[in-house]
Amino acid sequence: MPAKASSVPGSQDFAIRARNLSKQFGTLFAVDSLDLDVPKSQIYGFLGPNGSGKSTTIRMLCGLLTPTTGTANVLGIDIPGDTSKLKPKIGYMTQKFSLYTDLTTQENLGFIADVYTIDRATRKDRIEELLEHYDLRAQRKQLTGTMSGGQKQRLALACAVLHRPELLLLDEPTSAVDPSSRRDFWAKLFQLANSGTTILVSTHYMDEAERCHRLAILDKGRKVADGSPAELQASTGMIVVEVLAKDTFAAQTCLANLDEIASVTQLGVRLRILIPESVGQPLEFIENALRKNNIGAESAIVPASLEDVFVAVTYKGGKKELKE
Amino acid sequence: MISMRRLFAIVRKELQQLRRDRITFAMIVGIPIGQMLLFGFAINTDVRNLTSAVANQAETHLSRQFIAELSQTQVLNIQYSVSTVRELEALLRAGTISVGVYIPPDFDRRSIDPQRAAAHLLVDGADPTILAIANRLATMPLGFDASRSTPPPRTLEVRPYYNPERRTEVNIIPGLIGIILTFTMMLFTAVAIVREREHGNLEMLINTPVSTLELMVGKVIPYVVIGLIQLALILAVGRLLFDVPIRGSIVDLYIASLLFIAANLSLGILISTLARTQFQAMQLMIFVLLPSILLSGFMFPYEGMPVFAQYLGEILPNTHFMRLTRGIMLRGATLAELSQPLLILVAFTTITMIAAVKRFSRRLD
Repeated sequence: MPAKASSVPGSQDFAIRARNLSKQFGTLFAVDSLDLDVPKSQIYGFLGPNGSGKSTTIRMLCGLLTPTTGTANVLGIDIPGDTSKLKPKIGYMTQKFSLYTDLTTQENLGFIADVYTIDRATRKDRIEELLEHYDLRAQRKQLTGTMSGGQKQRLALACAVLHRPELLLLDEPTSAVDPSSRRDFWAKLFQLANSGTTILVSTHYMDEAERCHRLAILDKGRKVADGSPAELQASTGMIVVEVLAKDTFAAQTCLANLDEIASVTQLGVRLRILIPESVGQPLEFIENALRKNNIGAESAIVPASLEDVFVAVTYKGGKKELKE
Repeated sequence: MISMRRLFAIVRKELQQLRRDRITFAMIVGIPIGQMLLFGFAINTDVRNLTSAVANQAETHLSRQFIAELSQTQVLNIQYSVSTVRELEALLRAGTISVGVYIPPDFDRRSIDPQRAAAHLLVDGADPTILAIANRLATMPLGFDASRSTPPPRTLEVRPYYNPERRTEVNIIPGLIGIILTFTMMLFTAVAIVREREHGNLEMLINTPVSTLELMVGKVIPYVVIGLIQLALILAVGRLLFDVPIRGSIVDLYIASLLFIAANLSLGILISTLARTQFQAMQLMIFVLLPSILLSGFMFPYEGMPVFAQYLGEILPNTHFMRLTRGIMLRGATLAELSQPLLILVAFTTITMIAAVKRFSRRLD
């Protein structure tokens, strides 16, 4: 970690580089010494529970909040600094719907187009294109306050990308929509990334995090892990064992009491066990433990999911210290 | 540096929102007409028909004739007849009457004695207006006094310029323009920025290239037009119902009003950047509105106020507008003659607008 980075050199390959970025509200560190490298034309995810500093980081990166310490370089523009040149280059979708609920879909799009001074010759075509692409033609004359969560979210995305920004910052964009709308939404995000837009998206859904090219896991304002989903899954330092026991409850009680085991999660009738790699032969270790307690069970090593990664990296900061 | 495109995007958005807000839309027309009717008829410093009682202990022909003459002035409306001073005092204390007339038993003798007053007026002195009326009544000559064949000589003769009929409406309505415009203009803009903040629109808006000045001016322009429409309504009602003259140039009146509207809108916008919630904005607005009514010369003659209150009054746009409207409408003055209040309004608008732009933060922290 660089002690006091005065200015972060902008790189051709990164849309965002942040060093030691912190934001303090009173005595609370909402974001604590965050280093971030977001490559261009990729979808970069922020995964973390509520209050982990996702929104605060996004707000600092678009110039809405001034960092307490640390610096960032977003699309070649230094933060803290004059962010007025940054505004036309970024699109920002707020967590709460922030378009005018007493205007229609078309009026909102028209307003955004004028505010970004979209060329008058292409203004109408661009709005039509977005209405078509985001499936909002039927809602053209509807007041946005009366639209469904999914429709509002598509309109918010359409408004955020209207001026074709280089960087799109999305703050929990799918928190108010149903699963099928989420799938469609992510398909749209990939189309944008494929056409060269860099996307930073925060979420607390594991399945969404898994779709990102790269992601950072945030916990209590700190970055606890980052990398591609595959890298993260490979480097947990944990083995994941699934156990199918005759008496699930007895097996869970037995295994949870063992110091060597990091976590036991019940998934239906199965138990998902996280056990550090430092414990040699984890499968035999578990089977022996269950046999000693006369619990009949089948167990197998399975690949780590992102949820396992999340549990593993946040576990280190938990109450129980891992025995290495 | 202002982009006209973005400026008019804000203006159009404000108008679209206003068009859908039916109650606010109705208020644009309703407030000026309603208040004109209410205050034009209700505020009247020309006091008549004060409820009174008489205690006539003389019961002579002369005393009854005197009471009849008092009634004819229409200043007193004699509703009660009692027999003692104590009864008069009781009615006065109860608030049943404003004035009590006591006619002593030796009224006839007193009336020809220049050293002594013939009768007594018992007045509720708490209200200075009523007291002033009573003082005027005190000098009323006894018409039947045979010893005075000619009326007493006057030291001064009063010649009321500009309002020879001494009608209150003539003075009230030019002032009322200022009050109504202050009220509606500040009402519209005081919540303008706070509402966007409360609805979460501001976080989106400050992330766009919209500049602070574009946002502020864009929010003010629609209401300038609305203010001028309201002015036309007020003038029409004033002319048709209260026969208030416009002796000066109507163009001058519109120019003065335009500057006054701009001053109030800038002040409203400044309030909107100071307040965190719409409720706070409303409280701040009332804080400015009350002095605008009481210290601007609308209710009381400006010259009669204590010096510190006059200084406070000088800060208020309404004080200067009151001088402009009364000057143009009643005295037929031109803007050249009224350049001082005009320039003060320009300065006020500039200063508050700069303060609002400086005060508005494009950040959330």
